[in-house]
Amino acid sequence: MTTQPQDPAQPKEKIGVYVCHCGSNIAGIVDVAEVREWAGQRLAGRGVTVARDYKFMCSSLGQELIEKDIKEQGLNRVVVAACSPHLHEGTFRTACGRAGLNPYLCELVSIREQVSWVHTDKHAATDKAKAVVSGGVERVRHHTPLEPLRVAIHPATLVVGGGIAGIQAALELADAGKKVYLVEREPSIGGHMAQFDKTFPTLDCAACILTPRMVSAGNHPNITLLTWSEVTEVHGYVGNFTVKIKQRARHVKTELCTGCGICQEKCPKKVIDDVYEAGLGYRKAVYTPFPQAVPKYPVIDVENCTYFRKGTCRACEKLCPTGAIDFAQKDEVLTVQVGNIILATGFDLFNPQKVTQYGYGRLANVFTSLEFERLTNAAGPTNGAIVLRDGKTVPKSVGIIHCVGSRDRNFNNYCSAICCMQSLKFAHLVKERTGATVYNFYIDIRTTAKAYDEFYQRVLEEGTLFVRGRVAEVTDAARLPGEEGKLILQVEDTLAGKQRRIPVDMVVLSAGLQPRADAKATAQVFGLSCSADGWFIEKHPKLDPVATMTEGVFIAGCISGPKDIPASVAQGSAAAARVLSTIDKGEITLEPVRASINATQCSGCRICNTLCPFGAISFLEADRVSEVNPALCQGCGTCVAACPAGAISGTGFSNDQILSQIEGLLMLNMEYA
Amino acid sequence: MSVNGSKPKFAMYWASSCGGCEIAVLNTGLKILDVDAAFDVVFWPVAMDAKYKDVEALPDGAITLTLFNGGIRNDENVAMAKLLRRKSQILVAFGSCATEGCIPGLANLSPAREVFDTAYGTVSTENPMGVRPQPEVKMPEGVLHIPVFASTVRTLEQVVDVDYFIPGCPPESHQIALVIDLVIQALNGKAQLPPKGATIGAGASTVCDECPRQRNVKKIRAFVRIQELETVDPDLCLLEQGIPCNGPAIRNGCGALCPRAGAQCIGCYGPAEGVVDNGARLIAAFASVVDSNDPVEIERILDGIPDPAGQFYRFSLAGSLLHASRAVR
Repeated sequence: MTTQPQDPAQPKEKIGVYVCHCGSNIAGIVDVAEVREWAGQRLAGRGVTVARDYKFMCSSLGQELIEKDIKEQGLNRVVVAACSPHLHEGTFRTACGRAGLNPYLCELVSIREQVSWVHTDKHAATDKAKAVVSGGVERVRHHTPLEPLRVAIHPATLVVGGGIAGIQAALELADAGKKVYLVEREPSIGGHMAQFDKTFPTLDCAACILTPRMVSAGNHPNITLLTWSEVTEVHGYVGNFTVKIKQRARHVKTELCTGCGICQEKCPKKVIDDVYEAGLGYRKAVYTPFPQAVPKYPVIDVENCTYFRKGTCRACEKLCPTGAIDFAQKDEVLTVQVGNIILATGFDLFNPQKVTQYGYGRLANVFTSLEFERLTNAAGPTNGAIVLRDGKTVPKSVGIIHCVGSRDRNFNNYCSAICCMQSLKFAHLVKERTGATVYNFYIDIRTTAKAYDEFYQRVLEEGTLFVRGRVAEVTDAARLPGEEGKLILQVEDTLAGKQRRIPVDMVVLSAGLQPRADAKATAQVFGLSCSADGWFIEKHPKLDPVATMTEGVFIAGCISGPKDIPASVAQGSAAAARVLSTIDKGEITLEPVRASINATQCSGCRICNTLCPFGAISFLEADRVSEVNPALCQGCGTCVAACPAGAISGTGFSNDQILSQIEGLLMLNMEYA
Repeated sequence: MSVNGSKPKFAMYWASSCGGCEIAVLNTGLKILDVDAAFDVVFWPVAMDAKYKDVEALPDGAITLTLFNGGIRNDENVAMAKLLRRKSQILVAFGSCATEGCIPGLANLSPAREVFDTAYGTVSTENPMGVRPQPEVKMPEGVLHIPVFASTVRTLEQVVDVDYFIPGCPPESHQIALVIDLVIQALNGKAQLPPKGATIGAGASTVCDECPRQRNVKKIRAFVRIQELETVDPDLCLLEQGIPCNGPAIRNGCGALCPRAGAQCIGCYGPAEGVVDNGARLIAAFASVVDSNDPVEIERILDGIPDPAGQFYRFSLAGSLLHASRAVR
């Protein structure tokens, strides 16, 4: 019933144990020399023939130590006690490979993340390190030589999200001659950046720098632009993803439409534009979000179109000079093959209505940052005039509140990174266009990127007033003379050390960024994970910020957290570079960790059938057994754990390997002298 | 029964058991005559009179085949396990108690004191003096010894080396007959015994393998007790109907008797081949097919299994990785 203990008298394995100091990372808590000495003596009966410790095992000198022992002492198993396998499993496997040992006969056990970094008691930590080493030694005895799997990479790439990060990634790939499918949920690409007028800190016009990129993406022979579309299913694995994309019916025949705009002009149905105009302006039921939209073809918003609601109207159809309107168009599902996926689905703006004391939605002249962007935009609802909600009054004083919904334990703890600069930009624009008095209410000013602090200095010099303190309340209840008809900001000025009431005409809430409302659902479609906040998780926050734990799926831009435009663009390029490197290699090597089903033991209960996130398990009706397709299996182990009959085993994670590691950890195989 | 000394010797012993295993052996019908023809039955407390000292008097290894049923609950069981191991060439853990602890093994969830309190102190027991079993009792005639109650129930393998395992509560008679045939043929050189440590008299798959019910991809939105259902679909997998059937994790060999009769498998044939802890297997399997991503909903679905230890470890607790609750250890 349990594993048969091997005869401890004559282990056939010759195991080398290497204990890393990791500078003082490990050696500061774990007595490394003691662990080494203990392993050499007490685990000799379990096959350990060499035990060494070294300052940095991952250094070339450390690796050479292992290689030398393999060659000279004929080691046939290696255990390295160092950091997490995430970090250096590859390093030590490669070292073993260089010395002629199959890389999979090397086991990396973590005495840093799982021991020294989480303990303070040196004695207990040293004992635990010994147990961890013992577990590794027992496990490695059950390792077998494996060969890595090689998978061909399909040269096409799916980019999801047509904001600046997604556009950048798509263009990089397409310019390198690779096929790209760029999928965007809205009728046009452009993303949030298309809504802005000016970009900080250079104040160059967002449209001027963005629209050429949009047009390039729209016209590029290597880019298939799929707007008004969403990815619904992803199957497969790195190199060979099969992606289902739902293309919503535009009700406009793109092959006939010239983008002349007559349909939009003549459509009698006005709809408040909540997306592009942030609710400040109107669009028609047939519309392109903005004049420079890419593609130029409009869509019919079925929910608001009079024809779809009442069966009459058809104005657009009658007046379209090319007969491009097609009310009968149906949603289509497209299936494409790609080798890699880049997700750049961006962010949602924090809804400042949640901060009830700031009165957004209740007090007319409280605006969100996105509303204010539209006010300042020359192509916006006011043609760039900064005016109050009545559409005509120019404010004489404006209060801009930073950190709305950010750095706030009631909402989001994180800093949204862009709001300081955005607020400074707003201050500058108000000054420039209205000459109004501007107050910026901030907690800290964070202007860390290139030329950002210089911009702050400039805004200071322009005479914007800065009040350090979190605004307690925005109210229209006047208490003092001069407050009538104004919005009053109640704030503790923490530099002056007193409470202040500051009356203004207009308040702008610099709302933070937050994950897309449907981020978790997106994560599920692509087999990724989100942090507790809802941001997508990078493979490594510093060293691999655009990769994810799922091979072949990359992330760029605000999907992983708030970022400004330069950072989003850089990430788009970085993700494209990562994808290009795999395409150009033509194939990728994968861990040979795969699940397999023993057909004799399988009773065909079908419990595993829906569990496989890669769709690798199928049920053979005739034989009444389930089967794993090794080409699709990613070795995640879900089915192995779930199989009630124990009929599924995973290479590298066999019962023998896991149980012997547990026995080793518990030191059940030790003989105590 | 024959007392011809030239035949191989057979023994069957019950440790902590209910007697069902013996009945299952007798249920083999006429096959029992084959046993008598092929073996010299030297020790079988339920069927014949024999004393422990008779066994002790035998040379070591004198008994060819011993079927040992019942778990190891007290020191008498330990002593008999060791004695029969010494005297037997082939020692078979026979039935669920000997192989995995069975129902008595559920007592491993409670300390011995609580087991006694329940057995000798609850309302259904008349015990005005509050007497509890004592290993030694002084009487006018001398000191009486009764077996010492251990802290946990153990399986036979947890006490002595075991050659083969026959699962089941009790093992099915037709399976016992097959094993008897195999051993007799092996003794006559006409068949080979399986490798030591093998489970015999059972299949290599699970109950589902023998269950005729239609099975589909599983998605469970509620677990129900079978008596709470107005109708049970006679052809559809019970688990898919929300009835917590242990069949997917339980070794086959019984012919899926319970599911065929419309009752869920409760797990008496123990873990499937190679499985160390079938309770853990069942928990992972059931959890895997719960069809919800909402933590509150999942909690509600799992509340449909009111007694997880009884559901998942009914027969296997003593032999599982858990073996006993923390309180007992």
